[in-house]
Amino acid sequence: MLKVDVFDKLKILTDAAKYDVACTSSGVDKKASRGGIGSATACGICHSFAADGRCISLLKVLMTNSCAYDCQYCVNRRSNDTPRAAFTPRELAELTINFYRRNYIEGLFLSSGILKNPDYTCEQMIEALRILREEYRFSGYIHAKAIPGADSLLISRLGMLADRMSVNIELPSQSSLKLLAPDKSKHSILTPMGYIQNRIQENTTDLVKYRHAPKFAPAGQSTQMIVGATPETDFQILNLTEGLYHKYKLKRVFFSAYMPVSTSSLLPPQGTKPPLLREHRLYQADWLLRFYGFSANEILDEGHQSFNPYIDPKCNWALSHMEYFPMEVNRAPYSDLLRIPGIGVTSAKRIVAARRTGPLHFDGLKKLGVVLKRAQYFITCGGKIADGLKITQDAALRSLMSDTALGMYRLGLPETVPEQLSLFPQPRLTQEDVQKCLTGQI
Amino acid sequence: MSDRSNLIYCYDGSFDGLLCCVFESYEKKEIPADIFSPDTEQTVLLPQKEIVTDPQKSARVLISIPKKMGYDALDFVRHAYLTCLPQKELYILLFLRMGFRFGPSVMNMLADDVVNTLFKAVKHLTNEAHLLKGFLRFSVFNGALAAEIEPKNIVLPLLAPHFRERYPEERFLIYDRTHSMALIYQPYRSEIIAADDFQMPEPDEEERSFRELWRLFYRTIEVQGRHNPKCRMSHMPKRYWSCMTEFSTDKKSRQEPALLTGGAKLLPASKMEPPHQS
Repeated sequence: MLKVDVFDKLKILTDAAKYDVACTSSGVDKKASRGGIGSATACGICHSFAADGRCISLLKVLMTNSCAYDCQYCVNRRSNDTPRAAFTPRELAELTINFYRRNYIEGLFLSSGILKNPDYTCEQMIEALRILREEYRFSGYIHAKAIPGADSLLISRLGMLADRMSVNIELPSQSSLKLLAPDKSKHSILTPMGYIQNRIQENTTDLVKYRHAPKFAPAGQSTQMIVGATPETDFQILNLTEGLYHKYKLKRVFFSAYMPVSTSSLLPPQGTKPPLLREHRLYQADWLLRFYGFSANEILDEGHQSFNPYIDPKCNWALSHMEYFPMEVNRAPYSDLLRIPGIGVTSAKRIVAARRTGPLHFDGLKKLGVVLKRAQYFITCGGKIADGLKITQDAALRSLMSDTALGMYRLGLPETVPEQLSLFPQPRLTQEDVQKCLTGQI
Repeated sequence: MSDRSNLIYCYDGSFDGLLCCVFESYEKKEIPADIFSPDTEQTVLLPQKEIVTDPQKSARVLISIPKKMGYDALDFVRHAYLTCLPQKELYILLFLRMGFRFGPSVMNMLADDVVNTLFKAVKHLTNEAHLLKGFLRFSVFNGALAAEIEPKNIVLPLLAPHFRERYPEERFLIYDRTHSMALIYQPYRSEIIAADDFQMPEPDEEERSFRELWRLFYRTIEVQGRHNPKCRMSHMPKRYWSCMTEFSTDKKSRQEPALLTGGAKLLPASKMEPPHQS
């Protein structure tokens, strides 16, 4: 390995890690012990935002970007001609502490290419975390990637040092994995995931028995999937996501719009725009699963495999279930309030609190943070609809679509913007279809 | 029944002084048109009344708040006092009068104008404090940490517990340029003091290297294919940028940043001794 200085290493190993989307520092509350450094807040703290608008919370780097594997979608694949570097565990620990002291970061996000073999790679990561935790007595946030194929004892050791662990699924189906990541299999990914889940489970029971039992990945486990590199539909991805939340008790599933980093003929060609809109819709649906009490089958189904590019999944659901609306905000239970477009978790909670002190009217709702522009079509206050509300097609469209979506819609359906339409063969949406879907039921 | 009078209360700017205004308002059965602190630069023709801060009166009000409307309301009022809301004193007085009348449910009366205005102001304060927990940047000078911020609200009391838990063994200073206040901490006590005109010292070689490393990391982590400056700006408004390392350049920016050699040189002095063995 070439001897390069810390600046070069940081550049190479950040560049190699940046396609990992997870950068949250949430899920655990703790403070520094005497003589130590570092705390963590359950809500997480963003320390900066990169020019692409993504949060920077952790020092996100690889231990090394040398890799024995040849996954087609990955910048660090063996066959890619790119400069390679590796941090020594001590270098990395020192860099982390120095960034942390200056309040640049909330902690460390450590992943790695496979150097020599999975066990060796895992040992290097453990050593870096050990220096941080034991020598510096660092109690800040650490997110560690479980290395698929590493010995379960090593994974276990890593989990005792980290706050959050993750195993990336990357490709949402077995067949895509086989095609693009010949060295990985569904089995090699789900095994460590299941193992981590069992350890977290066991640990909770231990903690009940012994209050000071060491904690195993107290902030839980997460994963990520690449969207747009392979032909899985939104419905398949969302179903898989729901399954992961239920079966593996994941804290988060992240989605990453595929950025072409390879010329492989098996992947979308270079220059393909990342399917950002699709990623956005997946996150919206993910929120509906986690906080709004929706199930994947309500959001999409066999007949509707892709998201509506023009309106968000919640509006879409509401428009096709007009039998539930209009809802009376002064009486509807919390779980029903959450289903109204324009009302979110915060405003629903405020409504429930505020209506105890007196009946709510439309101007009051506005103060509570309800987006009346959308909600007005779906609610009544004291049995009445909003004053002077005229339901015209144009007004309804304008209020339910975001400005960009409206622009898209006015221009007619462009060839390039809703990427998913070109990826999956399905009947093209026509202007009339959209109109019907948006205003038919109002 | 008391009515809005055309009187203006003038108090000394302290929280206790504000509570005395509440006392006065009840005693005289009047609601002032406005409450001025010594900082208020307004000339009005309305009659003004000097409210003298009396510790006994303020203590009576302070004790009655949690009794009548709960501890949440007291915390809320303390926070409201730190906000940059114009006429915050008047809103706090009106809120407390509502609280004495309606009890703890005042905290749920979110659709009321007074309660709503104060809630928004407090939200602004807590949001700003939360953002600054992330956006604040320390520099290391002789082993101590120093940072500068320019917040709209008085956030130092909210930042203090966070940074105490984060760096219990460090000595640090956070200077609030807007309000000329500083939070100073050394193990294990902290204090907020008035401080005019604090100047950050010149960074040394090591400090400059770490700043440069951070800027390098910041530039590199962006995925260029997703460039989205609008999104960045909505998450991190530009007014915070002036105090952040990643958007500033050091005056004597050198072409070749110092090579960092590994080893104990980078260990902070206090961390040199081996961890306590049990």
